[in-house]
Amino acid sequence: MIEVKGLHKHFGAIQAINGVDITIEKGEKIVIIGPSGCGKSTFLRCLNLLEQPTAGEIWFEGNMLNDGKSDVNKLRQKMGMVFQQFNLFPHKTIRENITLAPIKLKLMSVQQANDKATSLLSRIGLSDKAEVYPAQLSGGQQQRVAIVRALAMNPDVMLFDEPTSALDPEMVGEVLDVMKELAHEGMTMVVVTHEMGFAREVASRVLFMDSGKMVEQGTPQDIFDRPQCDRLRGFLAKVL
Amino acid sequence: MWQNFPQQLYDNIILNNRWQMYLSGLKNTLLLTLGAAVIGIVLGSLVAICKVYIKNKKKITPVDRALDFVCDVYLTIIRGTPMMVQVLIFCWIIFGSASIAMNFYAAMIAFGINSGAYVAEIVRAGINAVNIGQTEAGRSLGLTSAMTMRSIVLPQAIKNILPALANEAITLVKETAIVGYAAQQDITYAAATIRSRTYSPVPLLLIAVVYLLIVMLMTYGVNKLERRLAKSDRG
Ligand SMILES: Nc1ncnc2c1ncn2[C@@H]1O[C@H](COP(=O)(O)OP(=O)(O)OP(=O)(O)O)[C@@H](O)[C@H]1O
Ligand SMILES: [Mg+2]
Repeated sequence: MIEVKGLHKHFGAIQAINGVDITIEKGEKIVIIGPSGCGKSTFLRCLNLLEQPTAGEIWFEGNMLNDGKSDVNKLRQKMGMVFQQFNLFPHKTIRENITLAPIKLKLMSVQQANDKATSLLSRIGLSDKAEVYPAQLSGGQQQRVAIVRALAMNPDVMLFDEPTSALDPEMVGEVLDVMKELAHEGMTMVVVTHEMGFAREVASRVLFMDSGKMVEQGTPQDIFDRPQCDRLRGFLAKVL
Repeated sequence: MWQNFPQQLYDNIILNNRWQMYLSGLKNTLLLTLGAAVIGIVLGSLVAICKVYIKNKKKITPVDRALDFVCDVYLTIIRGTPMMVQVLIFCWIIFGSASIAMNFYAAMIAFGINSGAYVAEIVRAGINAVNIGQTEAGRSLGLTSAMTMRSIVLPQAIKNILPALANEAITLVKETAIVGYAAQQDITYAAATIRSRTYSPVPLLLIAVVYLLIVMLMTYGVNKLERRLAKSDRG
């Protein structure tokens, strides 16, 4: 579904991504872990071209995204993204946040989009918040809305960049629960997170990144119980 | 100079229907400001949106580069030369052969072009003040950059922009006072003309009060607007 070949991303002299090759199959739940600044966010943002790769190829459903010819906007419709800072639109109601893109892109009628929003909101238990503005919701509620805003586009893959890192501890669970549910429904997911419990429970594959490279990968058992390289061992010793 | 002040008031305001000169001057001042403000807002917004758009573009074409260059030349020239010189060049050189009456519009355009350069900066700063995460969220949903700008960024930027624009209009009211040098009869010109006949301090003091009242009224409006916008922030 997603294939990354020889990916490099430099910011001036900083080499954020330093040669990454990886294939992600439909239905996989990839969790990416690694120390701060190792390039996790940059990698994720290259997947939907929020960052333009310096070198390498990103393939998604048979199209090369960064060949300069593909309709990136069209392909992004099928790649949902959830940000650390939620990024809900503060001047729009919760319902409008969810329906804006499907309506503007003429993927749904207003009626269809509203129905979709209603069912998505009831699914995350926020039906009564449809007409309020994001600032009136807690962080956990905002992030759940951000997830269903992306889901409203019926994406084929969901990218999460530390979706719980900006939350108060008591709200982390409610967001992870929505993500787990999504995983059980078979959504293809790529998740950057520091929640090792989530990685262990949900991941089909865990990638350990360091200094812009995928250093080690495997099942959660491989990575957490039988780490091979010293850097991964050192990292796990710190976070577990 | 200050003897017989009531008599002076009478001579400088009532006598020979002089109040009519102030009034028609005031009308010209306000018209000039309004016209220039509209031109400035349209021009400045266009320039700002062009510059932001080109800056955020991944692939910059030669046309983009030329457009960006034209914008920069405009901003540099307008901000780098005195407004008075700009107005004089506009009225006496570019529209030098136009009648005095038509020159009123030349002056209006000159003030508008001048104001546009400052409006461009206001609009650009207002757009850039919107968190980049908003743009990224819009683009990640598959919205085009134009859709993202129109539906997500601009509505939020407006809140930063409107109060600053109103302040620009306040500046503009005061700056039009130099238009007399282009033979236009604004309120300052009216006062100067009357003073040249009566040698009294009354005309200039009077219009100072008039300018002050206009500015205070506009400031009151801006404050109200700011409070309204703050309230609709809902958070
Ligand atoms: N827009 C940018 N401009 C310059 N440097 C950047 C930019 N974005 C990221 N970097 C640099 O690239 C490197 C990788 O950053 P990235 O944000 O991908 O790390 P990360 O693994 O997500 O870290 P964290 O866990 O702190 O989120 C860092 O050195 C960072 O400073
Ligand atoms: Mg990060």
